Parts: sequence; C-alpha cells; structure tokens
Amino acid sequence: MPDDVLADLRAAAGGDRARPGGAGDAVAGVQPRYVAAPGSTEEATALLRVAAARHLAVVVTGAGTRQDWAGPPQRLDLLLHTGRLTGVVEHAAGDLIVVVRAGTAMVDLQAKLAPAGQQLALDTPLPPGAAATIGGVVATNASGPRRMRYGTVRDLLIGITVVRPDGVVARAGGKVVKNVAGYDLGKLFTGAYGTLGLVTECAFRLHPLPAARTFLTRRTADAAGTGRLAAAVLASQLVPSALEVDAAPDGGTEIAVLLEGTARGVRERAAAGVALLGGATAADEPPHWWSSYPWRPGDVGLKLTTVLSGVPRLLAAVGKAARRHRVPLAVRGSAGTGVLYGGLPAATAPELAARIVTELRAEAGTAGGHLVVLTAPPAVRERIDLWGPVEGLDLMRRVKAQFDPEARFAPGRFVGGI
Amino acid sequence: MTTTDISTLGAALRAVLGDAQVISDRQELRTYECDGLAQYRVIPALVALPRTAAECAATVRACVDAGVPFVARGSGTGLSGGALPHAEGVLVVTSQMRAIRAVLPQDERAVVEPGVINLHVSRAAAPYGYHYAPDPSSQQVCSIGGNVAENSGGAHCLKYGFTTNHVTGLEVVTPDGDLVRLGGAAPDAPGYDLLGAFVGSEGTLGITTEVTVRLTRSPESVRTLLAGFAGTDQAGAATSAIIAAGVVPAAIEMMDALAVEAAEAAVRCGYPAGAGAVLIVELDGPAAEVDAQFTDVERLCREHGAGEIRVAADDAERALIWKGRKSAFAAVGRISPDYIVQDGVIPRTALPEVLRRIAEISAQRRVRVANVFHAGDGNLHPLVLFDDAVPGQAEQAEEVSGAILDICIAHGGSITGEHGVGMDKVGHMPRMYSDDDLDTMQLLRCAFDPRGLANPGKVFPTPRLCGEVPGRRRGVHPLQEAGLAEVF
Repeated sequence: MPDDVLADLRAAAGGDRARPGGAGDAVAGVQPRYVAAPGSTEEATALLRVAAARHLAVVVTGAGTRQDWAGPPQRLDLLLHTGRLTGVVEHAAGDLIVVVRAGTAMVDLQAKLAPAGQQLALDTPLPPGAAATIGGVVATNASGPRRMRYGTVRDLLIGITVVRPDGVVARAGGKVVKNVAGYDLGKLFTGAYGTLGLVTECAFRLHPLPAARTFLTRRTADAAGTGRLAAAVLASQLVPSALEVDAAPDGGTEIAVLLEGTARGVRERAAAGVALLGGATAADEPPHWWSSYPWRPGDVGLKLTTVLSGVPRLLAAVGKAARRHRVPLAVRGSAGTGVLYGGLPAATAPELAARIVTELRAEAGTAGGHLVVLTAPPAVRERIDLWGPVEGLDLMRRVKAQFDPEARFAPGRFVGGI
Repeated sequence: MTTTDISTLGAALRAVLGDAQVISDRQELRTYECDGLAQYRVIPALVALPRTAAECAATVRACVDAGVPFVARGSGTGLSGGALPHAEGVLVVTSQMRAIRAVLPQDERAVVEPGVINLHVSRAAAPYGYHYAPDPSSQQVCSIGGNVAENSGGAHCLKYGFTTNHVTGLEVVTPDGDLVRLGGAAPDAPGYDLLGAFVGSEGTLGITTEVTVRLTRSPESVRTLLAGFAGTDQAGAATSAIIAAGVVPAAIEMMDALAVEAAEAAVRCGYPAGAGAVLIVELDGPAAEVDAQFTDVERLCREHGAGEIRVAADDAERALIWKGRKSAFAAVGRISPDYIVQDGVIPRTALPEVLRRIAEISAQRRVRVANVFHAGDGNLHPLVLFDDAVPGQAEQAEEVSGAILDICIAHGGSITGEHGVGMDKVGHMPRMYSDDDLDTMQLLRCAFDPRGLANPGKVFPTPRLCGEVPGRRRGVHPLQEAGLAEVF
C-alpha cells in the first residue's frame, strides 16, 4: 500500500529528505514511522506543515548525544533530524557574535571561531568523539564548569529562529548583544527539550579566547573541607572561571579552580590561589574528570542543584547515601554555582536507585534546589518522577497549550507530562 | 467602564487594601499620569498601593473580576512609557513594597521587594564586599521591580550582563491574580525558563512581588580613563581595537562634541576642551589582570589618535569622569529646551557608518543630535534636540528620532537596547519583527494573560486574540480600548 504521509513529506521537502523509520532510529526505545532531515528552515517549515496536517507526533534530534535524557516520547511518528541544518550563517568577529544553524556540531563551531581568537563560552561535557549539536545543547540547557564565569545558554543566546509546531517560522531577539525589543523566546526554548517547536538557527554572543589558563587542583579530606576551600575561593579576588569538585566513590575528593586571563595576570593569580588553597598543583591541563559526567551510558545520571552555601551539605548527603546504601555513588560539578552531577551504576537495583533519588531529592530541596534525573534505565524510570517538584507548572502547561495545542512535539518527555 | 463600575472597584480595593492605599481623587491621580517619558500622559481611573504580595494579588483579582486592565509601576522612571496608566484601569504602584528581606553573601544572593531602589541593593551588599551589577543611569531612583519589567541595563552590562542575567528568582502575581514562584536562589529550576521570559516583558505578563538577585563580588581593582579624540570615527576605531585585542572592559562609553558641551555646561566634569569625542574606558577585576590590560588600552587609545588621556587616580576622580556621562541626558537641557532620548542598537562595527548617517539626517532636517552611547555594545542614545515653542520642531524631531531607529534596523540592530518598547515604540515593532514573530511572542502573552488585562497596548501593536479564556468572569474587552483619550 502506498504511504500517503511519506509521499507528502517527500513532496514538501524533496525526495531525499524523508524516509521510513527503522529500528536504528528509535528514541528511548520508541521507533519513529518516518525520518526527515530538512536542509533549510524553509524545508523544515514545509515538513512541519505536513506533520501538522497529518497530526504527526514529532521529536527533533541532533547528534543524539543526550536523547537518553528526559522521558521517552509517548508517541513518535516523525523524527526530524537537524543533520543538514549545519554551518555558520554569520560570524561577525568585530561584533563578537555568531549566527549558526542548529545542526552544527559544537566542536565544528569552536573550530571556526578559534582562528579569530574567539569562542562560544559553553563547555558542556561531551563524550569523547561526540558531535553534540548547538540545537541539542540549547534544547537540553547543557552547561559545563565555566558557567561560573560565562553563564549558561540563556546568558549567551541573543537570537533564535524557530519553526512552530504549526509550521510557522518565527524569530526573536536578533544579532546584537543588547536588545530588549519583544519577548525573549530564546530563553523559553532553552531547556524545553523540543516540546515547543524546532530551533533552526541561533545567534550567540562570543567571548575572546583567554591568552592563558591554569588549573589549580588540591585534594580535600571531606565535604566540610571542600566547602571551606570553596567558600574561601568565592570570597577571594581570584575571579575563577570555574570552581569544580569531584568526589569519587572511593572517598577521594578533589577541588579544582580554573583561572583564565592574561599571561601575567594568570601567573600572579595562580600564585595567590596556591597560597589560598594551602598548597595546590598548578597545571595547564585540567584534571582527568574535568567537564565530564560521573556516569556511563546506561547508568543513572542525576543533576542536583543548591544554593551556593548548600554545596558542602549536599556533598555530605551524597557521601552518606553512598555509605548507607553501599553503592558507588559518584558526584562532581560546579561548587562555584551550586550545580552537581551524580552517577549510579546501571547495575544498582532499581528499587534502591529510586530510594536514593527520593532521599537526595529531599536534601536538594532543603538546600533550595532540585534533583532532576537526567537519564536512567527503564526499570528506574518506572519507579520515579524524573523531574521532581516544579514551580509554575500550571503556567508551563498553558505555554505548551499555546505553542503546541495538540501536544505533538516530544509528547510526554518534559515536566508534568508535557 | 462607567463611573459606577469604577467606584464599585474602588470600594472593593479599599476593602482589601484599606482607604489610604487607594487613590481616586482626580488631583492626586494626576501625580501618576506619566512615567519618565512625559510626553505621554494618561490619568488612571484608580491608583492602588499594595504593601504586600497578598495585597498585590488581591488587587489584580479585583481587576480581573471587574474586567478592568491594570498597569504596574515602580518608581516611574522608565523612558518608553511602559508604566503609562490606562484611562479606565488601575495603576498598581509597588513603591510601598520596599523591604530588603535578606542579603546572603554566602549564597551570592539578595532577596528584595519590588519597590527597593536599585542602588540600595548594592549599598546593602557593600559591607560584605558584594554589589548588584546592573547599574542603569537612574539607579539612585529606579526600582528593582521596574528593572525586572524592563530588563534594565546600564554602563557596566558590557561585561556583567543585564537584569535578566542577575535575577535568579521571582515571585509574581499572574494576570489571573495568582502568586507564583519562578526560578529561585539555586540555578536551573526544572521546566520552562518562565523566569527568563518574564524578565523584560514590560509588565504584560504580571506584577513582580519579590526578586531574588545575584550579588557580584566587588572587584579588587577598578581603573578608569578618559580619552579625548578628534572625532567619533577615531574614538570608534579605538573601541574596536580594544575589543579586538581581547579585552572585555567593564564599560566603554562615548560622547560626541555636542554631548560633551552639554555635560560640561551642566556639571563641569572637566572633559578635554574642544574634543570631537570622548571615550570613557573602565576595567575591573583582579589587580594583576587590570594592570596588564590597562596598559594595552592606553596604548590603543594613543595609537588611534587620542589627545589627552586622563587616568582617574582615585574614586573621587573616577566619580567626576562618570558624572559627565551619567548626567548627560539631563545636561542636554542646558543647551536645548526640549529633547528626545533615543535608544537604538547597532552592531558595534557599524558605528562610524551609522554616526555619519545620523549626522547627514541631522544636517538635512536641521535638527541637532547629541550622541551618547555605550560604545562597547553598540547601544546608541542619540539626544534629538528641539524647541517645543517653535511650531513644527517637535514633529521634526520625532521624524529624525524615528529615522535613527530605521537606520538601526537596517544595520541588523534593535529599536531598543534598554529602555523598552512600552508605548513609545509599539509602532516600530513591525519594522523589526514580522507578523509571525509578533504573533509567536504573543502566544506567551496568551498563556499568561488570555484576557489581555496586564498593561494592554504596550509592546505589541496589535493584540492577539487568545481564544478560550479559562476561569473568571469576562468584563468589557479591554483590547478594543486604546485608553489613550488624554494623550497629548
């Protein structure tokens, strides 16, 4: 029987742009009926108009680096691949901005910017060799150690082009750093996990690559000791670009401070930093655990947030949970911003993993933050709410209902079943 | 909206807020007829002065029940008419909610009520060695709630970012009258970034009742220089060279000859005599970094033709350098009876070309334009001078002012960098954004405010009809009411 939907998709954007889905296209175990890869915002629009007319459930994917994050889609008809939406549209080096298509790999973008002495200051953790895309980083609001100095996607994204679920193209923001005309839709789409529409282009503010950098690393005895050192660094005039902590399951804890700046400035600050930390190793390269998640594919991956002063307490709570439940629970992250990541091995009994999530979620809540389960095996997912308590959920549902009234985009993947 | 309806609503508000917190006397109402953009004036039907978040929510609920629009106002210093009252609506003034609830240096946060004055946050944090980074020129009088609504900037946002980068949590009254928390003291709250969407929404998504701000460690070293140049081209080239060298100054500000003349006349700031343009460059951070880069900045200024370079030796000298810049808007009153403060943005590299175009238009139309701007991020504040007593001059000034915005748009810039769209630039929005863009932004509006009661007529030239409205009784449709009967 001829497939009318596939024919429509092909007619909309060209024969080679759409194909039937296969087992290899599955997202969190859900296989799409169709896969399409538009080559431009216009082609994406045409495809999404067909999807709207046919009431297709759509999931957007880039490199798929973080497709195991968030919930599995409740329905999936069309997997929309951004692999052809690539390349830099404009790099105005003198204005320190770049406009880039959403399917562009982060590493490719940085390689384009580096010769001009510039960077997009997003050092989101990447598995080795991963081609994580701009769109994926924006959709998952992924951040890395240097968020302490440069902020996250929301602080660097100055303009966005999206295709709405009904196939209408819209832009917000622009390509100037300072701009308060109209609503900041870029922030709305950041971290929305593809539930509001397709991001096709992003404009970012850039930063100069620092002339010099140094990593100061020091071992600490326990969470309290880590907390004291972190507080000392925060109160100092070191102005670190990152302040990270790593607590391995075997009990060893390390704190690392990244200093960036001029050669002379970094040299002098490093000397001051070594003194402040009571002895530290200074190196040009980061410690091996830097900017990586403490879990492997298939493990349970947690994101824990807290007010800054709650970091030691949360670290201690993780350590205690690990000892009490005898699990190799690793934790690392930004002691300078209050964002930690925890990892539990895939082999952990699902009931136990769920229990630990519940306990640590309460601890994070006490510390003014949240615990979100970024990724977990299906048996763990069944037993827990990935997101935990969400303030403003009613307004979020109303936003979703306005943008995607049929709930076709990434249905069920986001908070509150959005 | 009849007089009876208003008096019924007034009685309902008095029952909730108390007599002293509701103003209905015509003469008293007149005090609130405009914000910082005084050419638009509308007398509100009522003014409400809630003292708590609960009172603020009750005020909004009363408005919703009556189907009456409401407009939030902080200190009323906005320059785009964002807090311009609605003739048949309630002006909700947050200036009595001005407690600093907590200063938490160990969390790098402060929790404040919306009526708190911007500068007072920094003062409260100063003993701990912290400050609140966004510093609009009006920081001695403007309120944090207003800053949130406008996403206010300031001279130092080149390095530190805008209000949106320094607010981590809000409590807001939604246009349904519900109190909702968005974000918090910890980063990355799960769900949509409604906090990010709310900041800068100009009072169209609700009213802020509590703000959690980020406190920034105050820098070890601050160094400031003032450099005189033959003209804006040279000063612009120096700016570009500084940025190209990889320096991220705390601020780079430029003033042209006319602006310098005005500042000199008003505050005797001692800027270099006869300079065609002056540049203020400020670096801050660890002393070792600042010292290294300050030498580069001085050299780059000289290489690009700086004549006199004055380096502030202490805080008093730095204050004097800034005094000229920060008083520039008001100072223009010394050389012109009336003036329009424009606020446009261009990519910084387009600066020489855009300034030439502005000079051409100024010469053609015989309207004087003084230029003051945040040169580091391309945010222009042309001051268009006129004399309202001379027939036709105001209209001509308006035309020139509008033409400058068109130039900004043509160069891929923005119609506002920090003052907001408000009432003033509603007409320019369709030149910057397509109908679909504006329609999409208003999907967010419909999610928050399906009845269109929160600050109607601002930001968007054409309201979007939101379809089915959940909840409360629907009164007179406010969207059909321009509410500008008394504009003059």
